[in-house]
Amino acid sequence: MQALLDVYKIRQDFPILTRTLNDGKRLVYLDNAATTQKPKEVIDSISRYYSEYNSNIHRAVYQIAEEATEEYENTREKIRKFINARYPEEIIFTRNTTESINLVAYSWGYSNIKRGNKIILTEYEHHSNIVPWQTLCHNKGAKVKYLEVDDDGYINLEDLQDLISKRDDGKTKMISLSEMSNVLGTIFPATEIIKMAHEKDIPVLLDGAQSVPHMKTDVQQTGCDFLAFSAHKMLGPTGVGVLYVRKEILEQMKPFILGGDMIKEVHKENTIFNDLPYRFEGGTPNIADVIGFSAAIDYLNRIGMDNVREHELEMTSYLLERIQGLKSIQVYGPKNAKDRGGLVSFNMDGIHPHDCATILNDFGVAIRSGHHCAQVLMEKLNIVASSRASLYIYNTKEEIDILIDALNHARRIFNT
Amino acid sequence: MSEDIYREMILDHYRNPRNKGKIEKPDIRINDSNPLCGDEISIDLKVENEIIKDIKFDGRGCAISQASASMLTEMVSNKPLTTIKDISKDDVLENIGLTNLGPARIKCALLSLKVLKLGMVKYYVDKNPSSAEEMKDQSKVF
Repeated sequence: MQALLDVYKIRQDFPILTRTLNDGKRLVYLDNAATTQKPKEVIDSISRYYSEYNSNIHRAVYQIAEEATEEYENTREKIRKFINARYPEEIIFTRNTTESINLVAYSWGYSNIKRGNKIILTEYEHHSNIVPWQTLCHNKGAKVKYLEVDDDGYINLEDLQDLISKRDDGKTKMISLSEMSNVLGTIFPATEIIKMAHEKDIPVLLDGAQSVPHMKTDVQQTGCDFLAFSAHKMLGPTGVGVLYVRKEILEQMKPFILGGDMIKEVHKENTIFNDLPYRFEGGTPNIADVIGFSAAIDYLNRIGMDNVREHELEMTSYLLERIQGLKSIQVYGPKNAKDRGGLVSFNMDGIHPHDCATILNDFGVAIRSGHHCAQVLMEKLNIVASSRASLYIYNTKEEIDILIDALNHARRIFNT
Repeated sequence: MSEDIYREMILDHYRNPRNKGKIEKPDIRINDSNPLCGDEISIDLKVENEIIKDIKFDGRGCAISQASASMLTEMVSNKPLTTIKDISKDDVLENIGLTNLGPARIKCALLSLKVLKLGMVKYYVDKNPSSAEEMKDQSKVF
Protein backbone atom coordinates (compact mmCIF):
# COMPACT_ATOMS: atom_id res chain seq x y z
CA MET A 1 0.00 0.00 0.00
CA GLN A 2 1.55 3.28 -1.10
CA ALA A 3 -1.18 5.68 -0.18
CA LEU A 4 0.36 9.09 -0.66
CA LEU A 5 2.61 8.98 -3.66
CA ASP A 6 2.35 6.76 -6.66
CA VAL A 7 5.79 5.39 -5.90
CA TYR A 8 5.71 2.80 -8.64
CA LYS A 9 5.02 5.47 -11.20
CA ILE A 10 7.73 7.70 -9.71
CA ARG A 11 10.22 4.83 -9.92
CA GLN A 12 9.76 4.67 -13.68
CA ASP A 13 11.18 8.19 -13.95
CA PHE A 14 14.53 7.05 -12.52
CA PRO A 15 16.58 5.11 -15.10
CA ILE A 16 19.05 3.80 -12.50
CA LEU A 17 16.31 1.99 -10.58
CA THR A 18 15.76 -0.35 -13.50
CA ARG A 19 19.34 -1.58 -13.68
CA THR A 20 20.46 -4.90 -12.25
CA LEU A 21 23.62 -5.55 -10.29
CA ASN A 22 26.37 -8.14 -10.84
CA ASP A 23 24.39 -11.25 -10.05
CA GLY A 24 21.09 -10.07 -11.48
CA LYS A 25 19.85 -8.54 -8.24
CA ARG A 26 17.89 -5.31 -8.37
CA LEU A 27 19.30 -2.19 -6.77
CA VAL A 28 17.79 -1.32 -3.40
CA TYR A 29 19.12 2.19 -2.96
CA LEU A 30 19.00 3.32 0.67
CA ASP A 31 21.82 5.87 0.75
CA ASN A 32 19.77 8.94 -0.08
CA ALA A 33 21.23 11.04 2.72
CA ALA A 34 24.54 10.79 0.85
CA THR A 35 23.09 11.56 -2.57
CA THR A 36 19.79 10.87 -4.30
CA GLN A 37 19.18 9.36 -7.71
CA LYS A 38 18.22 11.58 -10.65
CA PRO A 39 15.03 11.47 -12.69
CA LYS A 40 15.32 11.31 -16.46
CA GLU A 41 14.16 14.88 -16.93
CA VAL A 42 17.12 16.16 -14.86
CA ILE A 43 19.56 14.10 -16.90
CA ASP A 44 17.86 15.24 -20.12
CA SER A 45 17.93 18.92 -19.23
CA ILE A 46 21.71 18.79 -18.68
CA SER A 47 22.15 16.99 -21.97
CA ARG A 48 19.89 19.52 -23.71
CA TYR A 49 22.03 22.43 -22.47
CA TYR A 50 25.19 20.82 -23.87
CA SER A 51 23.63 19.80 -27.16
CA GLU A 52 21.48 22.84 -27.85
CA TYR A 53 22.67 26.05 -26.17
CA ASN A 54 26.03 25.44 -24.48
CA SER A 55 27.63 28.87 -23.97
CA ASN A 56 29.01 31.03 -21.19
CA ILE A 57 26.49 33.15 -19.37
CA HIS A 58 25.96 36.80 -18.45
CA ARG A 59 28.01 38.82 -20.94
CA ALA A 60 27.79 37.38 -24.44
CA VAL A 61 25.15 38.99 -26.65
CA TYR A 62 24.32 36.17 -29.05
CA GLN A 63 21.18 34.03 -28.92
CA ILE A 64 22.39 30.81 -27.31
CA ALA A 65 24.20 32.71 -24.55
CA GLU A 66 21.01 34.59 -23.83
CA GLU A 67 19.15 31.30 -23.65
CA ALA A 68 21.72 29.88 -21.24
CA THR A 69 21.67 33.01 -19.07
CA GLU A 70 17.91 32.92 -18.94
CA GLU A 71 17.81 29.26 -17.85
CA TYR A 72 20.51 29.85 -15.24
CA GLU A 73 18.75 32.88 -13.78
CA ASN A 74 15.35 31.20 -13.95
CA THR A 75 16.78 28.54 -11.66
CA ARG A 76 17.71 31.20 -9.14
CA GLU A 77 14.14 32.49 -9.18
CA LYS A 78 12.80 28.95 -8.86
CA ILE A 79 14.94 28.39 -5.78
CA ARG A 80 13.82 31.70 -4.31
CA LYS A 81 10.25 30.49 -4.56
CA PHE A 82 11.09 27.01 -3.34
CA ILE A 83 12.50 28.31 -0.05
CA ASN A 84 10.27 31.41 -0.01
CA ALA A 85 13.08 33.96 0.05
CA ARG A 86 12.14 37.57 -0.60
CA TYR A 87 14.62 38.37 -3.38
CA PRO A 88 16.39 36.29 -6.06
CA GLU A 89 19.65 38.08 -5.22
CA GLU A 90 19.57 36.35 -1.82
CA ILE A 91 20.31 33.07 -3.64
CA ILE A 92 24.00 32.33 -4.33
CA PHE A 93 25.16 29.30 -6.29
CA THR A 94 28.12 27.40 -4.85
CA ARG A 95 29.51 23.91 -5.41
CA ASN A 96 27.87 22.27 -2.39
CA THR A 97 26.73 22.80 1.20
CA THR A 98 30.33 22.70 2.40
CA GLU A 99 31.31 25.57 0.13
CA SER A 100 28.21 27.52 1.18
CA ILE A 101 29.19 27.28 4.85
CA ASN A 102 32.80 28.13 4.03
CA LEU A 103 31.63 31.21 2.16
CA VAL A 104 29.87 32.44 5.30
CA ALA A 105 32.77 31.56 7.61
CA TYR A 106 35.36 33.24 5.37
CA SER A 107 33.35 36.27 4.31
CA TRP A 108 30.97 37.08 7.16
CA GLY A 109 33.08 35.32 9.79
CA TYR A 110 36.39 37.00 9.09
CA SER A 111 34.75 40.44 9.19
CA ASN A 112 32.59 39.89 12.27
CA ILE A 113 34.25 37.40 14.63
CA LYS A 114 36.69 38.96 17.07
CA ARG A 115 38.95 37.70 19.86
CA GLY A 116 36.93 36.36 22.77
CA ASN A 117 33.76 35.82 20.69
CA LYS A 118 31.82 32.56 20.73
CA ILE A 119 30.19 30.51 18.00
CA ILE A 120 27.60 27.94 19.04
CA LEU A 121 27.28 24.63 17.19
CA THR A 122 25.80 21.30 18.26
CA GLU A 123 27.46 17.97 18.90
CA TYR A 124 25.64 16.38 15.98
CA GLU A 125 27.05 18.65 13.27
CA HIS A 126 28.54 17.33 10.05
CA HIS A 127 32.26 18.11 9.71
CA SER A 128 31.35 20.74 7.11
CA ASN A 129 29.59 22.71 9.85
CA ILE A 130 32.41 22.30 12.37
CA VAL A 131 35.75 22.66 10.62
CA PRO A 132 35.17 26.10 8.97
CA TRP A 133 34.09 27.57 12.33
CA GLN A 134 36.81 25.82 14.30
CA THR A 135 39.45 27.17 11.92
CA LEU A 136 37.93 30.65 12.00
CA CYS A 137 37.97 30.59 15.80
CA HIS A 138 41.58 29.35 15.92
CA ASN A 139 42.62 32.21 13.70
CA LYS A 140 40.63 34.85 15.57
CA GLY A 141 41.13 33.72 19.16
CA ALA A 142 37.42 32.95 19.44
CA LYS A 143 35.75 29.82 20.84
CA VAL A 144 33.40 27.15 19.53
CA LYS A 145 30.76 25.94 22.00
CA TYR A 146 28.68 22.82 21.48
CA LEU A 147 25.07 22.26 22.45
CA GLU A 148 24.80 18.78 23.91
CA VAL A 149 22.66 16.09 22.38
CA ASP A 150 20.94 13.67 24.77
CA ASP A 151 20.64 9.89 24.58
CA ASP A 152 17.44 10.05 22.53
CA GLY A 153 18.93 12.44 19.99
CA TYR A 154 17.40 15.71 21.14
CA ILE A 155 18.89 19.02 22.24
CA ASN A 156 17.60 21.00 25.19
CA LEU A 157 16.58 24.56 24.37
CA GLU A 158 17.27 25.58 27.97
CA ASP A 159 20.94 24.74 27.38
CA LEU A 160 20.94 27.19 24.50
CA GLN A 161 19.15 29.79 26.62
CA ASP A 162 21.82 29.30 29.30
CA LEU A 163 24.65 29.68 26.81
CA ILE A 164 23.39 32.95 25.34
CA SER A 165 21.82 34.51 28.44
CA LYS A 166 24.76 34.51 30.81
CA ARG A 167 25.54 37.90 32.22
CA ASP A 168 28.94 37.88 30.57
CA ASP A 169 27.46 37.04 27.20
CA GLY A 170 27.03 39.27 24.24
CA LYS A 171 30.05 37.27 23.14
CA THR A 172 28.05 34.77 21.09
CA LYS A 173 28.13 36.05 17.52
CA MET A 174 26.80 33.11 15.52
CA ILE A 175 24.74 29.98 15.95
CA SER A 176 25.17 27.42 13.20
CA LEU A 177 23.32 24.12 13.22
CA SER A 178 21.85 21.45 10.99
CA GLU A 179 18.09 21.51 10.76
CA MET A 180 18.19 17.71 10.49
CA SER A 181 20.96 15.44 11.75
CA ASN A 182 22.52 13.23 9.07
CA VAL A 183 23.13 10.49 11.67
CA LEU A 184 20.35 10.72 14.25
CA GLY A 185 17.71 11.86 11.80
CA THR A 186 16.39 14.29 14.40
CA ILE A 187 14.57 17.33 13.05
CA PHE A 188 15.47 20.22 15.33
CA PRO A 189 13.19 23.12 16.28
CA ALA A 190 14.79 25.70 14.02
CA THR A 191 12.08 28.33 14.40
CA GLU A 192 12.29 28.38 18.21
CA ILE A 193 16.09 28.41 18.15
CA ILE A 194 16.16 31.31 15.71
CA LYS A 195 13.63 33.23 17.76
CA MET A 196 15.76 32.83 20.89
CA ALA A 197 18.89 33.83 19.00
CA HIS A 198 17.33 36.89 17.42
CA GLU A 199 16.21 38.17 20.83
CA LYS A 200 19.94 38.47 21.52
CA ASP A 201 20.72 39.75 18.00
CA ILE A 202 22.64 36.58 17.15
CA PRO A 203 22.44 35.49 13.51
CA VAL A 204 21.69 31.83 12.73
CA LEU A 205 22.95 29.63 9.91
CA LEU A 206 20.90 26.56 9.11
CA ASP A 207 22.64 23.66 7.43
CA GLY A 208 19.76 22.42 5.33
CA ALA A 209 21.63 19.65 3.50
CA GLN A 210 19.35 17.01 5.03
CA SER A 211 16.20 19.03 5.70
CA VAL A 212 15.59 21.05 2.51
CA PRO A 213 15.30 17.93 0.29
CA HIS A 214 12.76 16.28 2.56
CA MET A 215 10.33 18.89 3.86
CA LYS A 216 8.88 22.29 3.08
CA THR A 217 11.34 25.13 3.61
CA ASP A 218 10.32 28.71 4.31
CA VAL A 219 13.18 31.02 5.22
CA GLN A 220 10.82 33.87 6.07
CA GLN A 221 8.87 31.70 8.46
CA THR A 222 11.90 30.21 10.24
CA GLY A 223 13.66 33.57 10.01
CA CYS A 224 17.10 32.06 9.41
CA ASP A 225 19.83 34.45 8.32
CA PHE A 226 21.78 31.89 6.31
CA LEU A 227 20.67 28.60 4.75
CA ALA A 228 23.01 26.15 3.01
CA PHE A 229 22.01 23.10 0.97
CA SER A 230 23.01 20.93 -1.99
CA ALA A 231 21.23 20.06 -5.24
CA HIS A 232 22.47 16.47 -5.39
CA LYS A 233 20.61 15.44 -2.25
CA MET A 234 17.31 16.50 -3.84
CA LEU A 235 17.27 14.83 -7.27
CA GLY A 236 19.64 17.40 -8.78
CA PRO A 237 23.18 16.98 -10.11
CA THR A 238 26.37 17.04 -8.06
CA GLY A 239 28.44 20.21 -8.09
CA VAL A 240 25.68 22.68 -7.24
CA GLY A 241 25.12 24.10 -3.80
CA VAL A 242 22.99 26.99 -2.64
CA LEU A 243 23.60 29.64 -0.05
CA TYR A 244 20.71 31.84 0.98
CA VAL A 245 21.65 34.97 2.90
CA ARG A 246 19.15 37.53 4.17
CA LYS A 247 19.66 40.62 2.04
CA GLU A 248 20.45 43.03 4.88
CA ILE A 249 23.37 40.81 5.85
CA LEU A 250 24.46 39.94 2.33
CA GLU A 251 24.81 43.62 1.45
CA GLN A 252 27.45 43.98 4.16
CA MET A 253 29.43 40.87 3.21
CA LYS A 254 32.72 40.97 1.35
CA PRO A 255 33.26 38.70 -1.69
CA PHE A 256 34.86 35.32 -1.07
CA ILE A 257 36.07 34.01 -4.47
CA LEU A 258 37.64 36.80 -6.45
CA GLY A 259 38.04 37.02 -10.23
CA GLY A 260 35.87 36.84 -13.32
CA ASP A 261 32.14 37.61 -13.43
CA MET A 262 32.07 39.00 -9.89
CA ILE A 263 33.38 42.43 -10.91
CA LYS A 264 32.02 45.60 -12.42
CA GLU A 265 35.29 47.38 -13.17
CA VAL A 266 38.90 46.36 -12.72
CA HIS A 267 41.78 48.86 -12.83
CA LYS A 268 45.47 48.46 -12.07
CA GLU A 269 45.06 49.59 -8.48
CA ASN A 270 41.44 48.86 -7.59
CA THR A 271 38.33 46.87 -8.42
CA ILE A 272 34.64 47.65 -8.17
CA PHE A 273 32.66 44.54 -7.37
CA ASN A 274 29.53 43.44 -9.17
CA ASP A 275 26.01 43.70 -7.75
CA LEU A 276 24.35 41.04 -5.62
CA PRO A 277 24.37 38.11 -5.99
CA TYR A 278 27.02 38.03 -8.76
CA ARG A 279 29.82 39.35 -6.59
CA PHE A 280 29.64 36.03 -4.72
CA GLU A 281 29.83 33.89 -7.85
CA GLY A 282 33.41 34.38 -9.09
CA GLY A 283 34.40 32.53 -12.26
CA THR A 284 32.28 30.57 -14.72
CA PRO A 285 29.74 28.72 -12.62
CA ASN A 286 28.48 25.17 -13.08
CA ILE A 287 25.93 26.28 -15.68
CA ALA A 288 24.81 22.86 -16.90
CA ASP A 289 24.16 21.48 -13.44
CA VAL A 290 22.40 24.60 -12.20
CA ILE A 291 20.06 24.14 -15.17
CA GLY A 292 19.73 20.47 -14.25
CA PHE A 293 18.82 21.51 -10.72
CA SER A 294 15.97 23.56 -12.17
CA ALA A 295 14.41 20.36 -13.55
CA ALA A 296 14.82 18.69 -10.14
CA ILE A 297 12.93 21.52 -8.44
CA ASP A 298 10.15 21.25 -11.02
CA TYR A 299 9.92 17.54 -10.27
CA LEU A 300 9.72 18.08 -6.50
CA ASN A 301 7.20 20.89 -6.91
CA ARG A 302 4.97 18.62 -8.97
CA ILE A 303 4.98 16.02 -6.21
CA GLY A 304 4.69 18.64 -3.49
CA MET A 305 7.05 18.83 -0.52
CA ASP A 306 4.27 18.07 1.95
CA ASN A 307 3.68 14.79 0.12
CA VAL A 308 7.40 14.04 0.11
CA ARG A 309 7.40 14.47 3.88
CA GLU A 310 4.25 12.39 4.36
CA HIS A 311 5.61 9.53 2.27
CA GLU A 312 8.88 9.53 4.18
CA LEU A 313 7.08 9.61 7.49
CA GLU A 314 5.14 6.51 6.51
CA MET A 315 8.29 4.74 5.28
CA THR A 316 10.35 5.81 8.31
CA SER A 317 7.69 4.58 10.73
CA TYR A 318 7.71 1.22 8.95
CA LEU A 319 11.53 1.07 8.89
CA LEU A 320 11.77 1.99 12.59
CA GLU A 321 9.18 -0.59 13.54
CA ARG A 322 10.82 -3.38 11.54
CA ILE A 323 14.40 -2.59 12.52
CA GLN A 324 13.58 -2.34 16.22
CA GLY A 325 12.07 -5.80 15.96
CA LEU A 326 15.49 -7.26 15.14
CA LYS A 327 17.57 -8.99 17.77
CA SER A 328 20.77 -7.40 19.12
CA ILE A 329 20.34 -4.04 17.41
CA GLN A 330 20.98 -0.54 18.67
CA VAL A 331 19.03 2.23 16.91
CA TYR A 332 20.18 5.84 17.34
CA GLY A 333 18.05 8.97 17.50
CA PRO A 334 14.38 9.64 18.34
CA LYS A 335 12.05 6.67 18.75
CA ASN A 336 9.17 8.72 17.37
CA ALA A 337 9.20 8.87 13.55
CA LYS A 338 7.49 12.28 13.63
CA ASP A 339 10.63 13.84 15.10
CA ARG A 340 12.79 12.36 12.36
CA GLY A 341 13.65 12.73 8.74
CA GLY A 342 13.78 9.66 6.53
CA LEU A 343 16.89 8.01 7.87
CA VAL A 344 17.77 5.47 10.55
CA SER A 345 21.26 4.77 11.93
CA PHE A 346 21.98 1.58 13.80
CA ASN A 347 24.56 -0.94 14.96
CA MET A 348 24.24 -4.68 15.36
CA ASP A 349 26.08 -6.25 18.29
CA GLY A 350 29.37 -7.78 17.22
CA ILE A 351 29.10 -6.70 13.60
CA HIS A 352 31.11 -3.71 12.43
CA PRO A 353 29.09 -1.43 10.11
CA HIS A 354 31.52 -2.09 7.26
CA ASP A 355 31.00 -5.81 7.52
CA CYS A 356 27.27 -5.18 7.71
CA ALA A 357 27.32 -3.04 4.54
CA THR A 358 29.42 -5.63 2.71
CA ILE A 359 26.90 -8.38 3.48
CA LEU A 360 23.96 -6.13 2.54
CA ASN A 361 25.62 -5.48 -0.80
CA ASP A 362 25.01 -9.16 -1.66
CA PHE A 363 21.30 -8.39 -1.48
CA GLY A 364 21.70 -5.37 -3.73
CA VAL A 365 21.10 -3.14 -0.72
CA ALA A 366 23.13 0.08 -0.74
CA ILE A 367 23.49 1.62 2.71
CA ARG A 368 26.15 3.84 4.24
CA SER A 369 28.54 2.71 6.93
CA GLY A 370 31.15 4.76 8.73
CA HIS A 371 31.29 7.89 10.84
CA HIS A 372 29.11 9.89 8.41
CA CYS A 373 31.46 12.89 8.73
CA ALA A 374 30.20 13.36 12.28
CA GLN A 375 33.06 12.22 14.47
CA VAL A 376 32.17 14.60 17.31
CA LEU A 377 28.81 12.83 17.54
CA MET A 378 30.44 9.39 17.21
CA GLU A 379 32.61 10.24 20.23
CA LYS A 380 29.53 11.32 22.13
CA LEU A 381 27.72 8.09 21.26
CA ASN A 382 30.92 6.22 22.12
CA ILE A 383 31.03 4.37 18.81
CA VAL A 384 33.47 4.52 15.90
CA ALA A 385 30.89 4.05 13.21
CA SER A 386 27.31 3.15 12.44
CA SER A 387 25.22 1.85 9.55
CA ARG A 388 22.64 4.17 8.06
CA ALA A 389 19.66 3.51 5.82
CA SER A 390 18.15 6.65 4.31
CA LEU A 391 14.99 6.99 2.23
CA TYR A 392 13.50 9.13 -0.50
CA ILE A 393 10.41 9.43 -2.67
CA TYR A 394 11.06 6.25 -4.68
CA ASN A 395 11.62 3.86 -1.76
CA THR A 396 9.00 1.23 -0.94
CA LYS A 397 8.10 -1.02 1.97
CA GLU A 398 9.21 -4.01 -0.11
CA GLU A 399 12.70 -2.52 -0.20
CA ILE A 400 12.66 -2.11 3.57
CA ASP A 401 11.68 -5.78 3.84
CA ILE A 402 14.70 -6.73 1.71
CA LEU A 403 16.90 -4.65 4.04
CA ILE A 404 15.52 -6.46 7.09
CA ASP A 405 16.06 -9.89 5.49
CA ALA A 406 19.64 -8.90 4.68
CA LEU A 407 20.27 -7.73 8.25
CA ASN A 408 18.98 -11.04 9.55
CA HIS A 409 21.34 -12.80 7.18
CA ALA A 410 24.26 -10.73 8.55
CA ARG A 411 23.28 -11.79 12.04
CA ARG A 412 23.33 -15.43 10.99
CA ILE A 413 26.79 -15.13 9.42
CA PHE A 414 28.20 -13.49 12.52
CA ASN A 415 26.16 -15.77 14.72
CA THR A 416 24.93 -13.01 17.04
CA MET B 1 29.65 -12.96 -2.26
CA SER B 2 30.14 -12.15 1.36
CA GLU B 3 30.04 -15.83 2.32
CA ASP B 4 33.44 -16.02 0.62
CA ILE B 5 34.71 -13.18 2.78
CA TYR B 6 33.22 -14.10 6.11
CA ARG B 7 34.47 -17.68 6.19
CA GLU B 8 35.09 -19.43 9.47
CA MET B 9 38.80 -18.56 9.51
CA ILE B 10 38.12 -14.81 9.39
CA LEU B 11 35.29 -14.99 11.90
CA ASP B 12 37.43 -17.14 14.21
CA HIS B 13 40.30 -14.63 14.21
CA TYR B 14 37.80 -11.79 14.63
CA ARG B 15 36.14 -13.40 17.65
CA ASN B 16 39.30 -14.92 19.14
CA PRO B 17 42.14 -12.68 18.04
CA ARG B 18 45.66 -14.08 18.51
CA ASN B 19 48.33 -11.92 20.14
CA LYS B 20 45.86 -9.25 21.16
CA GLY B 21 46.93 -6.75 23.81
CA LYS B 22 49.94 -4.69 24.76
CA ILE B 23 53.57 -5.45 25.54
CA GLU B 24 55.09 -3.83 28.57
CA LYS B 25 58.09 -1.73 27.51
CA PRO B 26 57.96 -2.63 23.82
CA ASP B 27 60.87 -1.85 21.52
CA ILE B 28 58.42 -0.62 18.94
CA ARG B 29 54.96 0.84 19.50
CA ILE B 30 53.14 2.16 16.48
CA ASN B 31 49.56 2.82 15.40
CA ASP B 32 47.53 4.08 12.50
CA SER B 33 43.90 4.30 11.49
CA ASN B 34 41.78 4.07 8.41
CA PRO B 35 40.00 7.43 8.40
CA LEU B 36 37.15 6.39 6.13
CA CYS B 37 35.79 3.58 8.24
CA GLY B 38 37.45 4.21 11.56
CA ASP B 39 39.49 0.99 11.81
CA GLU B 40 42.32 1.42 14.31
CA ILE B 41 45.36 -0.81 14.79
CA SER B 42 48.30 -0.42 17.14
CA ILE B 43 51.17 -2.90 17.23
CA ASP B 44 53.79 -3.53 19.94
CA LEU B 45 56.98 -5.44 19.18
CA LYS B 46 59.75 -6.85 21.33
CA VAL B 47 62.94 -7.21 19.30
CA GLU B 48 66.04 -9.18 20.32
CA ASN B 49 69.02 -9.52 18.01
CA GLU B 50 66.86 -8.30 15.18
CA ILE B 51 64.38 -11.12 15.80
CA ILE B 52 60.72 -10.42 16.61
CA LYS B 53 60.52 -12.07 20.02
CA ASP B 54 57.01 -10.91 20.85
CA ILE B 55 54.28 -9.11 18.97
CA LYS B 56 50.89 -7.89 20.14
CA PHE B 57 48.24 -5.86 18.40
CA ASP B 58 45.38 -3.83 19.72
CA GLY B 59 42.60 -2.03 17.96
CA ARG B 60 39.01 -1.85 16.93
CA GLY B 61 37.26 -2.05 13.63
CA CYS B 62 35.68 -4.41 11.15
CA ALA B 63 36.15 -8.17 11.01
CA ILE B 64 38.51 -7.93 8.06
CA SER B 65 40.88 -5.43 9.66
CA GLN B 66 41.01 -7.20 13.02
CA ALA B 67 41.28 -10.75 11.63
CA SER B 68 43.97 -9.61 9.21
CA ALA B 69 45.98 -8.07 12.06
CA SER B 70 45.62 -11.23 14.11
CA MET B 71 46.88 -13.40 11.26
CA LEU B 72 49.72 -11.03 10.46
CA THR B 73 51.06 -11.26 13.99
CA GLU B 74 51.23 -15.04 13.64
CA MET B 75 52.94 -14.67 10.29
CA VAL B 76 55.90 -12.63 11.59
CA SER B 77 56.28 -13.94 15.13
CA ASN B 78 59.85 -15.17 15.79
CA LYS B 79 60.98 -14.06 12.34
CA PRO B 80 63.79 -11.58 11.65
CA LEU B 81 62.55 -7.98 11.75
CA THR B 82 63.76 -7.48 8.18
CA THR B 83 61.25 -10.01 6.84
CA ILE B 84 58.63 -7.28 7.26
CA LYS B 85 60.32 -5.48 4.39
CA ASP B 86 59.56 -8.34 2.04
CA ILE B 87 55.91 -8.90 2.92
CA SER B 88 53.80 -7.69 0.02
CA LYS B 89 50.13 -6.85 0.03
CA ASP B 90 49.45 -10.00 -1.97
CA ASP B 91 51.20 -12.08 0.70
CA VAL B 92 48.79 -10.72 3.28
CA LEU B 93 45.70 -11.10 1.10
CA GLU B 94 46.65 -14.69 0.25
CA ASN B 95 47.40 -15.46 3.87
CA ILE B 96 43.94 -14.36 4.95
CA GLY B 97 42.35 -15.91 1.89
CA LEU B 98 40.82 -12.70 0.52
CA THR B 99 42.14 -12.02 -2.95
CA ASN B 100 38.91 -10.60 -4.36
CA LEU B 101 38.34 -7.60 -2.10
CA GLY B 102 37.10 -4.41 -3.69
CA PRO B 103 39.04 -1.15 -3.38
CA ALA B 104 37.04 0.02 -0.34
CA ARG B 105 37.59 -3.09 1.74
CA ILE B 106 41.19 -3.82 0.71
CA LYS B 107 42.33 -0.95 2.91
CA CYS B 108 40.78 -2.71 5.91
CA ALA B 109 42.74 -5.87 5.14
CA LEU B 110 46.06 -4.06 4.69
CA LEU B 111 45.94 -1.60 7.59
CA SER B 112 47.90 -3.89 9.92
CA LEU B 113 50.63 -4.46 7.32
CA LYS B 114 50.90 -0.71 6.88
CA VAL B 115 51.27 -0.24 10.64
CA LEU B 116 53.84 -3.04 10.89
CA LYS B 117 55.96 -1.58 8.10
CA LEU B 118 55.77 1.88 9.69
CA GLY B 119 56.96 0.33 12.95
CA MET B 120 59.92 -1.33 11.31
CA VAL B 121 60.93 1.89 9.58
CA LYS B 122 60.61 3.83 12.83
CA TYR B 123 62.80 1.26 14.59
CA TYR B 124 65.63 1.59 12.10
CA VAL B 125 65.34 5.35 11.69
CA ASP B 126 65.38 5.87 15.49
CA LYS B 127 68.58 3.79 15.64
CA ASN B 128 70.17 5.48 12.68
CA PRO B 129 68.55 8.78 11.69
CA SER B 130 70.71 9.08 8.59
CA SER B 131 68.91 6.07 7.13
CA ALA B 132 65.60 7.99 6.98
CA GLU B 133 65.91 8.83 3.31
CA GLU B 134 66.79 5.30 2.33
CA MET B 135 64.01 3.81 4.50
CA LYS B 136 61.21 6.13 3.54
CA ASP B 137 59.84 3.94 0.75
CA GLN B 138 59.94 0.80 2.87
CA SER B 139 56.67 1.53 4.63
CA LYS B 140 54.61 1.78 1.47
CA VAL B 141 51.95 -0.88 1.16
CA PHE B 142 49.96 0.38 -1.81
